[in-house]
Amino acid sequence: MGRSFTRRSLSRREALWGAAALGVAAPMLNTVTAYAQSGAFNWQRFKGQQVEVLMETGPRAELMKKHQKEFLDQTGIKLGIEVIPEQQARQKVAIELNSGKPSFDLFNFAFHVQKRQFEKGGWLLEITDWLKDPQMMPAEYELGDVSKLGMSFATTSDGKVNALPILCDYFMVYYNKELFAKKGVAFPKTLDEMMTAAAALNDPAAGISGFVGRGVRNANVVLWTQLLSGWGQETVTSTRPLKLITDTPEAIASAEYYKKLLASYGPAGIAGFNWNEAQGLFMQGKAAMWIDATGFAAPVEDKTKSRVVGKVGYGLPPSGPKGHGSVTFGTGMAIPKASARKEAAYYTMLWMTGPTMAGRMLQVGGGIPFRTNPLKDPAVLSSLTVPREWAECAAGCAPISMPGLPVIVPVTEFRDVIGTALTNLLGGADPATEMKRATAEFQPVLDKSEQS
Amino acid sequence: MAGAEVTVAAGTRTPGERRLRPYLLFIWPALIVSSAVIVFPWIFTVWMSLHDWHIGSKQTYVGFDNYVNLLTNRRFLESIGHTIYFTILAVVLPMVLGTVSALVFHKKFRGRGFFRTLFIMPMMATPVAVSLIWTMMFHPQLGVLNYLLSLAGLPPSQWVYAPGTVIPSLILVEIWLWTPFVMIIVLGGLASLPTEPYEAALIDGASQWQMFWKITYPLVAPFLVVALIMRTIDALKVFETIWVISNGGPGTASEVLNVYLYAQAFAYNQVGTASAVVIVFFAIIVALSLVLLWARQKAKWA
Repeated sequence: MGRSFTRRSLSRREALWGAAALGVAAPMLNTVTAYAQSGAFNWQRFKGQQVEVLMETGPRAELMKKHQKEFLDQTGIKLGIEVIPEQQARQKVAIELNSGKPSFDLFNFAFHVQKRQFEKGGWLLEITDWLKDPQMMPAEYELGDVSKLGMSFATTSDGKVNALPILCDYFMVYYNKELFAKKGVAFPKTLDEMMTAAAALNDPAAGISGFVGRGVRNANVVLWTQLLSGWGQETVTSTRPLKLITDTPEAIASAEYYKKLLASYGPAGIAGFNWNEAQGLFMQGKAAMWIDATGFAAPVEDKTKSRVVGKVGYGLPPSGPKGHGSVTFGTGMAIPKASARKEAAYYTMLWMTGPTMAGRMLQVGGGIPFRTNPLKDPAVLSSLTVPREWAECAAGCAPISMPGLPVIVPVTEFRDVIGTALTNLLGGADPATEMKRATAEFQPVLDKSEQS
Repeated sequence: MAGAEVTVAAGTRTPGERRLRPYLLFIWPALIVSSAVIVFPWIFTVWMSLHDWHIGSKQTYVGFDNYVNLLTNRRFLESIGHTIYFTILAVVLPMVLGTVSALVFHKKFRGRGFFRTLFIMPMMATPVAVSLIWTMMFHPQLGVLNYLLSLAGLPPSQWVYAPGTVIPSLILVEIWLWTPFVMIIVLGGLASLPTEPYEAALIDGASQWQMFWKITYPLVAPFLVVALIMRTIDALKVFETIWVISNGGPGTASEVLNVYLYAQAFAYNQVGTASAVVIVFFAIIVALSLVLLWARQKAKWA
């Protein structure tokens, strides 16, 4: 485990000692920096420092803990890693950054949830110049290999880089090959075919659902925007002032599709399903198709948890009448402006987002890096713990990737309001009425957030 | 001059007051602490509720706008409705079942101590852990509850996964968790009852029901009111079970005031709106407490 949840408070004596030590250390640090400025990139430049890292629970945090010794040997920087679940981490980060005294020097976050909020708060350290500085950017980082989409996630609307991307998540179709073969159904290429396939595979008497996916408020929005991409549309206008376009004929048509697919061919109670309920059903072999993010290959192929190991196919999301997309979500790491150990934190960030760790995350199915080299590297691919078909499918998602959520501050409220409408559809409500009501309800909130 | 005034003032004091005077100093620590942790946050909340305040941007004074907006906010008004619905069920059912089980456990039978202990076990578990277990049991396909229904030949239910059944399902958890609490309070009341009235009633040929209704119920009523007050406050404040099991959903079908409040404050970062909700919630709780205290006066042993 990482550091304990609550920290021991400093005693006065410790504080005095710390202050005295800082007084002695500050000039030393300056000489170290001055010396280093004459040379090239040096991993040992900030050795002896300790960096506090806040990570969301998941494979990334596990890998970081597993390999922190290697980083200590390489750089002399010690890591204090605190791991807490995603929802709580998001709140903690926002509140601590707002307070001006965050307890961490480095943290990971989801671009689609908090990018705009952090940008507006002006809380993140800008690293644009460091990326160009050969003393701060080693060649082995292969900055040029980081995808454009990744760098655009990490760049603010006025062109400053204040984060580095780690992983992206595409939406793909997980399907049960055994159930498909039993009913003689081919993998669907279009949304129409998917509806027909779901109908053919659905067998409530045998406890088999044709389709499973997110129905619960908030989480369901991204499944719907995935379907909406088939109508060639996103959720807000591409130019400012931002206007919601969630009540257009295309949006209503996709909402109707969502309602029919989940309500007719999904399991009972799907209105309360998040990804974990959907995952549970799929791993029990009780659902034929499941659309969700790339990160679920590892549990689905885990013999101790899943009954469908070796029977799972991975396919691109079907195309719609007007478009073909795979909604994409990115996570990255950033340093608070208020951090006292910015340089050491930056080194830690380089290590975590660099090619070596990216390859490791790919191998355990923890996510797809925003890089192309690890996806081609035979050494990485040879020790994949998940099927190669999954990696190939992810590579196929890249060219059709598109943002799955609008880049706005009140994104959580957006997901709640639109998500409530979608959940209501599963209870039998009318798509046009619900989408129009939700759009009218959220537009003022969006207007207000863009003004201030 | 000043000296003269002091002597005049001192002359008008009674000896008792003079003796108390040094001790007035001792009030200060309590006064300072309660101002710091109760009065100040309360006033600050009122102040925040009058501002448009979003974490990460500047706050502006908006008067009573937050309150006016709440009046027309569908989600807020619905959450008040859900709170009332939930509170009524989560108070009445554990009260009735708790009283009945207290009467049962008041009788002497073999293994009473063991069964009493078994019965109060749910109360000792933490609500979050309990909620996680219930979430698994509620699962419409993989949960044990639907399996039990199928054994009894009943059709499956969607439990917390459908808007119509979510609140009654959550009440099941509340009943399971809090019936023992009511039982303990009432059992304490029953144990303190005198035996003479029952002996007199038996001699007069009263039936069991007459003894309960004419003797037990009036005598135990003050304990019932205590249980009622505590249960009502707990039910109004419910958060963990709903948050963990249904997260206020499906849609907003089980969103009670506290869950709505949490979303406003910590998910949407709308500090101003959240503070206004707190003030309204506070007013509701104060009003209800007054009603309950009035009921308590009524139920006092005459």
